[in-house]
Amino acid sequence: MATPQTEVSELLNRKYDAGFYTDIEQDQAPPGLSEDIIRLISRKKDEPEWMLQWRLRAFERWQKMAEPEWAHVHYPPIDYQALCYYSAPKSRTDAPKSLDEVDPKLLETYEKLGIPLEEQKMLAGVAVDVVFDSVSVHTTFKEKLAAAGVIFCSFSEAVREHPDLVRKYLGSVVPQGDNYFAALNSAVFSDGSFVYIPPNTRCPMELSTYFRINAMNTGQFERTLVIADAGSYVSYLEGCTAPQRDENQLHAAVVELVALDDAEIKYSTVQNWYPGDEEGRGGIYNFVTKRGDCRGRNSKISWTQVETGSAITWKYPSCVLKGENSVGEFYSVAVTHHRQQADTGTKMIHLGRNTRSTIISKGISAGRGQNAYRGLVRIAKSAENARNYTQCDSLLMGSECGAHTFPYVEVRNASAKVEHEASTSKISEDQLFYLRSRGIGNEDAVNLIVNGFCKEVFKELPMEFAVEAQKLLNITLEGAVG
Amino acid sequence: MLRIENLHAEIDGKPILRGLNLTIGKGEVHAIMGPNGSGKSTLSYLIAGRPGYTVTEGSITWNGKDLLALEPEERAGEGVFLAFQYPVEIPGVNNVYMLRAAVNGIRKYRGEAEISAVDFLNLVKTRTREIGLKESLLNRPVNQGFSGGEKKRNEVFQMSILEPSLAILDETDSGLDIDALRIVADGVNRLRSPDRAFMVVTHYQRLLDYIVPDHVHVLADGRIVKSGPRELALELEAKGYDWLLEDAA
Repeated sequence: MATPQTEVSELLNRKYDAGFYTDIEQDQAPPGLSEDIIRLISRKKDEPEWMLQWRLRAFERWQKMAEPEWAHVHYPPIDYQALCYYSAPKSRTDAPKSLDEVDPKLLETYEKLGIPLEEQKMLAGVAVDVVFDSVSVHTTFKEKLAAAGVIFCSFSEAVREHPDLVRKYLGSVVPQGDNYFAALNSAVFSDGSFVYIPPNTRCPMELSTYFRINAMNTGQFERTLVIADAGSYVSYLEGCTAPQRDENQLHAAVVELVALDDAEIKYSTVQNWYPGDEEGRGGIYNFVTKRGDCRGRNSKISWTQVETGSAITWKYPSCVLKGENSVGEFYSVAVTHHRQQADTGTKMIHLGRNTRSTIISKGISAGRGQNAYRGLVRIAKSAENARNYTQCDSLLMGSECGAHTFPYVEVRNASAKVEHEASTSKISEDQLFYLRSRGIGNEDAVNLIVNGFCKEVFKELPMEFAVEAQKLLNITLEGAVG
Repeated sequence: MLRIENLHAEIDGKPILRGLNLTIGKGEVHAIMGPNGSGKSTLSYLIAGRPGYTVTEGSITWNGKDLLALEPEERAGEGVFLAFQYPVEIPGVNNVYMLRAAVNGIRKYRGEAEISAVDFLNLVKTRTREIGLKESLLNRPVNQGFSGGEKKRNEVFQMSILEPSLAILDETDSGLDIDALRIVADGVNRLRSPDRAFMVVTHYQRLLDYIVPDHVHVLADGRIVKSGPRELALELEAKGYDWLLEDAA
């Protein structure tokens, strides 16, 4: 393990060593984190004073915190003073000049996913001015959403245009001091998305394609806030099946969801950040805090995630079930191949009466990947008649990978019903031979079995995305067996 | 034509087949009988290409092609089909979806175009009726939660869709009651044709009342120790295998 870790840390430090020097006029902050840097970020974004103060309070908290070490992942210490916290729009110094300079494997994947050339350049971070026909799409969406009264904009825009909503809800689900990475994000977040669905409104479209186009420059410290007012519904799709390259190795995003009375939020993620090469060099560290607050009666929040990218994934999309009869769901497929590590799962915090939660987690480990499910089901004293069902399955491919399960259950109310099922299996030789004897090639046979294993999660994804996710999984696991 | 010559095979260093010779011509039905542990299943698996066996000597050719040099899916492309004694369950994989992947896998191997969705569904409909497979099983995960009889019927159903030129039935009668046995045998008989060779592996002659073979072979101790016409099976039922084993030893 020593070699790749050293190389990862080299990568982390490279900008610094290379004398990544700073001229504030050029819109690039010096490496390192200080109050001055935070003031600079806030000023560059033209933020009001309250936003700056909020950031500064978070920074104060962060300084007193220690990086968590309990996750089942290993990486060399991160030098937070060597990282760069502001560059707008993006540092272009390291960016490839054309697709010829991009890892051919990455291009191969784009080809397989059928990504148009221009979009490939954008995803690979090629330093050219990409002419992308998004303006018209953008406008159409905006008009349709505005007609429904839906607010969907960048976080920065929301801070300027909808300060009351932002001030009311920001940090109300994930407080500034919630955890180390959330505190860091709160201090330095670059941008992200803001969604507000007015009462009794069904958002007229999946908030997806739009996001895919818009999400490119949100940077490494993304902040998302989704509010579904009483009786409303929204399906939000984050991410993109195409692997995205980014020169920022550390990603620490925060997502907050708020569902009021009778509201429902469906939040789907396909995460495919660059996982590093086969030896684990150069991949993204994805340390994310996602939490949904079922604040109202009969509210529902549903997380669906397909995690195939990143060198290290650390995330636990959670639900706080406050409202009576509220429902929390978590459907997850997490894949680790080569040297990838994932410690992911969920927390279902039952506070209200008759609250229900479902957890379906599918972990796939291949190569030397390490995959951990970590989940907490907490039934508070106040949560009369709460129910939880947890199913946690692991699939192993090959003999050098690992699957780990850390379920925590805390029940403080005797009326609770909590079920937990877990299984670990290997793709069996018998299954493979059966399919191959029918004329199905080895790789296709593996894909069939893996997709079968993930079916319960894929069916929760919006239709079009489910197909893409399936394809993505097949590509990710190519060569994993045989 | 299937031609097996002087086949020696072992698993984990333990010899199972010791110089087996067998020839099955087009349109013929051959029954392979023999006591437990004589190598009947090994023979079936070797033809279909199951990994884990080592062939130390001898050859298997099908229409002149060296089967041992081919992957299992390539053998399927060459027309080989194995109906398993114990079909595995594959959770989450839709039965018909799998079958369509199989049809297209074979077509691809043969350089043919993929089957159209309409043609495929029509074929499935016809065969479902012919084999008497419950329609509800079509869209269930492969073999999952199927009864023993349903699994065997599903094997014959798959065979009828894939239309192999060499069909191997490995103890397809085991675990079937008499009604199920008759239905499965009807399915097989329907597929008998001058272009199709069958190798029917069975422990009991009962199946051969329904699937009447052209030749019967007795496999014991890794070799064919006796071959004969259909009547041999009846003789075996009456006398058991011991007299043959003594002869062979």
